Amino acid sequence: MSRSSGWAREAQAVFAKDCLLELRTRVALGAVVLFAVTSVVAAGFALAPPSGVAGDVKAALLWVVIFFAAVAGLSRVFVVEEETRTADALRLAVSPVGVFVGKLAFNTVLMWVLCALTVPLYLVLLEAPVVHWGLFVVVTFLGSTALACATTAVAAIVAKASMRGALFGVLSFPVALPPLLVAIHGTKAAWMANAGWRAAIGDIQVLVGFMLVIVPASLLVFEHIWSD
Amino acid sequence: MTWQIELRRVGKVFNDRPVLRGISASVCSPGAWTILGPNGSGKSTLLRIIAGLLTPTDGEVLYLRNGERLNAQQRRQAVGMVAPDIALYRPLTALENLRFLARARGMHLRDPQLLELLEQVQLRQRAHDPVATFSTGMVQRLKLLTALVHRPPVLLLDEPGSNLDEAGMEFIRLIVREQAKHGIVIVATNDTREMDYGEPLIRLGA
Repeated sequence: MSRSSGWAREAQAVFAKDCLLELRTRVALGAVVLFAVTSVVAAGFALAPPSGVAGDVKAALLWVVIFFAAVAGLSRVFVVEEETRTADALRLAVSPVGVFVGKLAFNTVLMWVLCALTVPLYLVLLEAPVVHWGLFVVVTFLGSTALACATTAVAAIVAKASMRGALFGVLSFPVALPPLLVAIHGTKAAWMANAGWRAAIGDIQVLVGFMLVIVPASLLVFEHIWSD
Repeated sequence: MTWQIELRRVGKVFNDRPVLRGISASVCSPGAWTILGPNGSGKSTLLRIIAGLLTPTDGEVLYLRNGERLNAQQRRQAVGMVAPDIALYRPLTALENLRFLARARGMHLRDPQLLELLEQVQLRQRAHDPVATFSTGMVQRLKLLTALVHRPPVLLLDEPGSNLDEAGMEFIRLIVREQAKHGIVIVATNDTREMDYGEPLIRLGA
């Protein structure tokens, strides 16, 4: 028997546990995928024929679907521990940094799964005119990761509040809006023949910068919120 | 190795209502102690403060190893706790719960070793069943195992015998006796069957 310490190992354990719980219950994945697929299919039918819809509207609609699907599923990652009274078991065994990083990793993977299922369906149903495929994949990857960081940060803050639902909406607005707007702009650039990487390089920098700021800031706040 | 827990004028206020006031005490390994008092007297709150789950409004709780003060991470490693309001993951099996909490504590235990531990609490046959299907006594035995899997020097028990039959009570008595040989056990209770688990440390009023 050997023993090791460190937040990375703790985060790995929390991530593996959350994945196992999700596979067993499918609560978050069910909420996220159901919302996203329903929205995409509804938009596909409502906007028929999609060729008449402008590219910037389609880009905005794609990220609105992704954002609201994320809010539906990713916001419960900490709340569920409080509701099932397992939060104290976690507090006793894992450092706040380990908990936050583990939950962030789980939410990020959930977000990637959501995008892997939703985005291809969206591109087909709404005939999205992707010109720069490489840029589109990079923006989608960074945008979804940044949104996962934003929603995890807000979910951590509201986990112990009594009016969680309302508070999550209010706090999500200013936190998630910057990466959302930038991701929409980057997606538009990937869909325009005369735009491409040069037009979106600023968006990519902002998305990376956003994640570099929001994660350490959330960790600082989370340590105090989670402990008491 | 000597372990010591020192409570210095600990107080806790919830919504302007004082629950605990100026509690001071000190315990040193090896041994077992009890925190006694009727329902609502603040036993669980005090135990949660000792565990580090609650921050006291006044005073502080010190953990000392050979006279040297421990930080939050070291204290987390030193404590195992069982309480009615600390639940296990009900959709996961006994083995999965134990595996997660062992890994989270940095213990590298393989499944055969984990199954051996489950055997010690007579749960090996149910190792692959979800905790949601367990009886109260089985859940309590699994909780004790998860609290002890990292071999903590400090074991905190909040009403450990609640809803347990005589066999369950005897099992807890055995655990307390074993742990008290080398570490610290603190039991919060108002059950007369549990009051002889250790020396009275603190008596709280209603």
